[in-house]
Amino acid sequence: MTPTTGWYLALAAALFVIGAVGLLVRRNPLVMFMCVELMLNAANITFVALGRGLNDVGGQAAVFFVLVVAAVEVVVGLALVVAVNRRRASATADDLSALRG
Amino acid sequence: MEAAVFIAAAAVILVGAIGVVGSRNPVHSALFLIQTLLGAAVLFVLQDAHFLAAVQVVVYAGAIVILFLFVIMLLGVDRAVRLDIEPIAGQRPLAVIVGVALAAVLLTATVVTAGELAGLPRAAGERALDNGLSDVERLGRVLFSQYALAVQATAVLLTVAVVGAVVLTRSRREEPR
Repeated sequence: MTPTTGWYLALAAALFVIGAVGLLVRRNPLVMFMCVELMLNAANITFVALGRGLNDVGGQAAVFFVLVVAAVEVVVGLALVVAVNRRRASATADDLSALRG
Repeated sequence: MEAAVFIAAAAVILVGAIGVVGSRNPVHSALFLIQTLLGAAVLFVLQDAHFLAAVQVVVYAGAIVILFLFVIMLLGVDRAVRLDIEPIAGQRPLAVIVGVALAAVLLTATVVTAGELAGLPRAAGERALDNGLSDVERLGRVLFSQYALAVQATAVLLTVAVVGAVVLTRSRREEPR
């Protein structure tokens, strides 16, 4: 018995939901970024599984670009966290309401 | 055999994901994130995407999580936080409701997609996964021909990100002379 594409898609759906709920629940911006990484990984698993299901290398190419964008997102996001933390020593997203109009 | 590997990797991935969300200490979250990423790399190997599995381990589990750990240590936020207090009233019940709705949508999409997948056209020629090339060669040929413009765009994106990170985290104490 070999796992079909549907197994991979179901696993990716579960991973995405865990990441989304974590993003909504956690308040530490670093952990929120990690939850975004979980969701991006769910998308990657979906891409590879569907690429295999359709016999198309395009799925793997998409994962390559998702990896690059994830790295960029982490670099800029962590730079923002460091810059914010320099001005105020707090590490929760709820405290970042200074930009409110 | 393949099913056993899949089930083991899926268990590793899901336990790691729950650990990321449920850990009180951000360092533990980062370590659980490594566990999830390595599980995903196993799934990539299982689907013959060997290059992506290697990149997943090197870039994701290596570089990105190390960056997370660097920032956690730099900022000194590696204290455990209490997860039993709820700062915004009703946040968790709403999050659970959103999660259940999202799970319903995604599982419906999964069932529909898995049902229709066999009827969709399969790739042939250079893009086909069974064209006899090695995994790296096939992906490289496609990336540097059909996706060449996108590869160039990611180069620009990476440059912008590096410049942006330097500008954002630059120390302003040095006055220009």
